[in-house]
Formats: sequence, structure tokens, C-alpha cells
Amino acid sequence: MTTFETLERREKTEAAAEAAVEAEIAAEAAAEAPGSGTRIPDVVATNAPPNSLRTLSGMSRDDVLTLLGAGASSLCITWLLFGVLTPLSGPLGFVVVAWAIFLVVYGLMVSMTESRPVMVDKVMAAVLATGAVVAFIALASVIIFTLIKGKDALTTWNLYTQDMSETGPADSITQGGIGHAIVGTLIIIGIAIAVTVPLGLTCAVFLTETNNKLTGFVRTVVDAMTALPSILAGLFIFATWILILGFERSGLAAAIAVSIMMLPIIIRSADVVLRLVPGNLREASAALGAPEWRTVWHVVLPTARPGLATAVILGIARGIGETAPVLLTSGFAASMNVDPRSNAMVSLPLATFEFVRSPQPALIARGFATAAVLMVLVLILFAIARILGGRQAGQVSKRQRRRLQGRSARDLRRIEGRDGEDFMYVEPPPVAPLSSSAPIPPPPPPPLAPEGVS
Amino acid sequence: MAVITVDPGTYLRQGDAPVARDPEPRNLKTKKERGDRVFHTIALTAGLFVLATMGAVGLFLTIEGTDALRATGVGFLTTSEWQPDRGQFGIAAIMLGTFLIAAVAVSTALPIAMGTALFITDVAPPRLRSWLVSLVDLMAAVPSVIYGLWGLFFFQAAVLGLSRWLTTWFGWIPIFAVDGADPNNPLANTTVYTASAFIAGIVVAMMVMPIQCSVMREVFSQVPIGEREGAFALGATRWGMIRIVSLPFGRGGIIGGTMLGLGRALGETIAVLLIISPKFDLNVRVLEAGGNSVASLIALRYSEASPFGLSALFAAGLVLFIVTLMVNFTASWFVRRSRSGASSEA
Repeated sequence: MTTFETLERREKTEAAAEAAVEAEIAAEAAAEAPGSGTRIPDVVATNAPPNSLRTLSGMSRDDVLTLLGAGASSLCITWLLFGVLTPLSGPLGFVVVAWAIFLVVYGLMVSMTESRPVMVDKVMAAVLATGAVVAFIALASVIIFTLIKGKDALTTWNLYTQDMSETGPADSITQGGIGHAIVGTLIIIGIAIAVTVPLGLTCAVFLTETNNKLTGFVRTVVDAMTALPSILAGLFIFATWILILGFERSGLAAAIAVSIMMLPIIIRSADVVLRLVPGNLREASAALGAPEWRTVWHVVLPTARPGLATAVILGIARGIGETAPVLLTSGFAASMNVDPRSNAMVSLPLATFEFVRSPQPALIARGFATAAVLMVLVLILFAIARILGGRQAGQVSKRQRRRLQGRSARDLRRIEGRDGEDFMYVEPPPVAPLSSSAPIPPPPPPPLAPEGVS
Repeated sequence: MAVITVDPGTYLRQGDAPVARDPEPRNLKTKKERGDRVFHTIALTAGLFVLATMGAVGLFLTIEGTDALRATGVGFLTTSEWQPDRGQFGIAAIMLGTFLIAAVAVSTALPIAMGTALFITDVAPPRLRSWLVSLVDLMAAVPSVIYGLWGLFFFQAAVLGLSRWLTTWFGWIPIFAVDGADPNNPLANTTVYTASAFIAGIVVAMMVMPIQCSVMREVFSQVPIGEREGAFALGATRWGMIRIVSLPFGRGGIIGGTMLGLGRALGETIAVLLIISPKFDLNVRVLEAGGNSVASLIALRYSEASPFGLSALFAAGLVLFIVTLMVNFTASWFVRRSRSGASSEA
């Protein structure tokens, strides 16, 4: 019998003894003074139903029915009233009125069975949910509207392969295309990535690895820079690169302007991600004797890799959609241009903007198709960012884990495979030996602790 | 404990006691190795480069705008016309238009952003939460030209009825008045309501909402769990908890987020340019056709401007730059100063 069991048993006996004493005292007290003192009433058998578990989350059948009922009644009332009593018109007005009536009816129905705080709670939950629903409907309508309006031109192959150099404004959508805008976007964003990713990540590392007054100031400025109006970034490059330095308007100038817009977004989100890297990883690395730059390069950055990828992709998604800077620094071009150093280079958002400003239906259709291509690009980038960013810093997938384990096992074998010479041996000076006897061989390496022995 | 040092050339034999020496105070001054010095220099350079860029934007806008500012002086802030080549130009009307659009955008976006943020943090079931966060982030990633397109071709038609309703019932408030509107004639032409600051503002609200929402969500999610559960333990309903715990706690974040959105709304270019028809009147009738903003004026006029006209545009850009910077710094000050911002550097 182990000590633990003995202890437990002793405790049990003690508790039993105590209980017996208490029962004795209680019996004495009851015998002495039947009318005074604290008495525990006898349990009276009632025919109340046995307690059932309350549902604490989700919605009960009552809730669902109340919601449905309120919805149905508000729709009916709105349908009756609409256009008769309210001067609102259009589907938007219908939805607004129906929503207001829904809230009132819902509140009334809930207050028939519940107390006032519960009624307020339910109505407010419905109001808060409205915010999310409005956001969802708005976004969905933007995406669907763009795709539907662009459908006709999207399904023609010439849209992707041709440019607009030989297409007149009145030509149908089976001629001309936005090949030059796609290429232009890729070139501009490519240059911008080459500029912003190293610079942005370095700056984010600066913000997380140092901590002084300057860091705080840089962080505040980066915050302010995220809200820099895009037209001002374009205007800045226009003033310096084109007016003062005298270069021509080109894809390169546009790429620099777009970089100014992307940089703060990458810095900001990378900064947030880097700060999530657990401090004990940094400390472990420092404890192993790594200098700071090795800690950053081999520990901090790899740990935060998925988050950093997300930061970069979000930056790219923002940069790809910038119109105003490209408008100012490059301008619209109808023909393919693959040289970023000279001549106007058009990007997808700028092409969209120029197309829809014309009154020609074919051009507007092309504009919607361009917008749809841009939208799809952004959606793809965003989906990649989500998939990468779904994991926390330091979490790895199964495959990555296997790879890391393999590398770790290789390291172990490499260390074990070494001769003992490297351990505990300090190079002797070339002068006289320690004693007259033969040199003592170096001691065997300390055995790596086998498992199970502490 | 004695410091154990081993001289070079000695073997540690088993059984041998290492030679113990008197401990000496260790020199604790860290001297970075060369790699680290290089690393810190590079990082510092990157940080300073960002500062320099932001400074350069302000500097060059000032340099290029000096000509125009010197020519008009204070009149630049009070004139509402924009005819630089005749010497008659100022940003009074444009700035007012910019603020009107931003005001419409913020007052539309604020309730939606707050509702969505509170819904995500406190009401929505956990599985829905991450989807909603993605939804809001995606809204922020959609290019502004696409919102402009949507507003011009789809939303404008839908919102005209609301414009008319507002001016019919609230036309006595100067903001909602519309010149030339005829509420009694149901078949009246709706063109008096198109291309207005109101419509542009609502479209800009779509871009402002995600920014406000993510700042507020961040703040609301930092509400201390103890206070939250304390409220529940005292018998508060969910809305009661939000009202007495979340909202007071997140006040700084709400103000800061709203102002960050305002900063973004002030500088929005393409969507406004697509929707609004430029006008240089000094009035506050947001529902009426026509309006203006600094950013859209620059995008509209830069290509046909004379050198002096360009200088005037730079001066307008400089004013916009200063205003957005002020708004943003105030916003981050609010977020940082609030209780919720103490731990985060927003």
C-alpha cells in the first residue's frame, strides 16, 4: 500500500468520525430545544415535475417561431401600407419600412411572454445583427452586380488577348480587350512587391525588435500613413519624379506611387503578426547563444511566416486596386506596353475607370468585365491570405510537422554521430605536457540521457 | 557559488575537482557583435525611410503649392471658386463638399460598423464569427473603383426614392432641402437628386465601414472577461452587459475608429469622382445634384492644368494632407488614451 492510499484512508476515517460527532450534537440540540435554534425543514414531497436541463445556448422553438411570426407580419403590413401611407418608393424603401415594422412587432411579441429587460435584449440583438446583415448584403450585391454586368464581355476570348489600340469606341465587345491592362497590372504590382516586401518586412522587424521613443513615433506615422489619401501618393510622385526629376510618366512611376500605398499596410499587419511570436522562442534562441539577427532570421520570421504571407497578400490586394495614383503618374494607354520605364502603362482599375466614363455601351460592358477580372483577382488573393492566415503563429500543418520532425531527427543523428573529441576538450598549449606520464585520453562523451532515467 | 573557470590546456578528469577561483564581477555591458550592429542599422534605416517618405510627401506638396498659396494668401481658404488662371480660386466650397461627403459616409457607416462589431464579439455564434471577420476584411480589400461602379450604375437608382422621401418630409431642415424638387408631383424628374453628395457619401461609407468595424471589434474583444462575467453574474442580459461593460470600455476605440474612418472618407478619390458632378457652390444641401471634394478635384483637373493651376492643386492637396493627418493623429490618440488601448498600440 502506498503512502498516498494510507493518507486517503486516514482522511476518510477522520471525516466519518467528524460526521458522527456532528450528528450527535444535532440530535442533542433537537432534543434540548425543539422550538428554537436552526431547524432544517423536512423535505416535503411535491408533485412538481423533475428538473430538466435548461438550454443555455442556441434558440428555442419559441424564439424561432417568434422571429418567423414577426417577419411574416411585418412583410404583410409593409405590403399593405407601402405606397399608400408612406411616400417611399423603390425596393430600398420597402426593405427599410419592413425592417422598422419587424422590430416593433418582434418587441411586442417578445414582451407578451418575457420581462422588459429580456425584450430589450432580444430587440437589440436583432438590431446588432442588422449591421452584419447590411454589410453582407452590400458586399454580396457589389460582387454579384459586377460579375453579372461583366458576364457578356468576360466570355469573349479577345478580352484577355487583345488590347484597345485598334478598337474604336463604338466597336462591339467581340473586338479589343484588356490584355494590356492585365500585363500592366502585373508589371506595376511586380515592381511594387519588389520594393515593398523587403522594405516593409524590415520596417516591421524594426518596430518589433527595438523598443524606444523612435519606435513609437514610427509606429504612429505608419498608422497615419495607412490613411494617406491615395491621390496624394500619386501627387507626391507626380511632383518629385515627374516635375522635379523630369522623368516621363511611366509604369515605374505608377509602381512607386502604388508602393507608397502598400508599404504602411504591409508594415502594420506584419507588425501585428510579429508581435504574436511567443517571447519564449526568442529567449530560447538567445539562450542558445544566437545573436539577434540570427534569432530574427531563423526563429522569429519562420515562426510568423503564414501571418507575414497574409500581410503581404493583403498589401498586394490593396495595391492592385489603386486607381488614383496610376491615373496621375502613368495615365491611360490603349496599347500594350511592357516597358515600365517609358510611356503610359495602364492597370486594371484605371482601365475600368476610363471605360465606364465613356457613354458607349460596349465600352461600359468592357469596363464591367475589367472590374470583374479585378474583383476575381482580389478574391483569389484574399482567399489565399485567409487560408494562410488561418493558423496562429507557430502552428504548423501535419506535413510541416513531419518535415520539422525529420529535420530534428537528422540533427540528433548528426550530433550523436560526432566523436567525443568535440566535447569537453580544450586545446592544450604547445609547451610541456602536464606530467611525465603519457597524455591522458580525453574522457568519453557524456552519454545522451536515455529515456526513463531522470 | 564559485565561478568555475578552466584554463586552456587542462583536462577535466573524472574525480578531479575543478579549480575554484575568486568570483570577479562580470562586465555586464553588452557589446553587440558586428552582425547585430549591421542588422540594427538596416532595421533603423527602414524605419527612418518610412518617416522620410511621409515627411517628403508633406514637404514636396508644400514646395509645389507655394506659388499658388503666395498668390492668394488667406483668400485660398475663403474663396469658393476654382479658376486659378484668372486668379480666383480657393478651397472653401471644395473643403465643405469634402466634409459633407465624409459626414454622410461616417454617419451611415457608424451604426453599421458598431452593430457588426458588437454582433461579432458578443452575439454571433462562434462558428459565424470568423466568417463575419473575413467578410469585413474582404469589404476593405475590394477596390474603390468597383464600389464607384456599383454606386453609379446600381445603387444610385435604388437610393433616389430615399432621397425624395427625405426631402419631402425633412425638407425644412436646410441639409435636406433640394432646390427645384417638387414633392407633390410623383412623376417629377429625379435628376435633381442624382450625383449628389448624399449618394457619394453612402458609397464611401462602404469603404469606411470595414475600417471602423475592425478597430471597434479589436477594442470590444479586449473587454476584460472578469467584468463581462461579473455583469452576467449580477443578472445582466446580454444587451445589459454590452451597455454597462462593453460600450464604456470601448469608448476610446469607438471614437478612434470613427475618426480613422473619417480620415479615409476625406481622401477617397475615384468613387467620388465617378459619382459626383463637380460644382463649386457653397451650400450644405447634400441631397441635391452636384458637389465636390478635394481629391476628386485633383484627379479631374491635373491633366489640363497650367503650371500655376497645378500649383493650386498641390496647395489643395496640402490642405487635404494636413487635415487627414490631424484627424488620424487625433484618432490614434483617442485609441491609445482609452483604457482599452493601454495594452495595444493602435
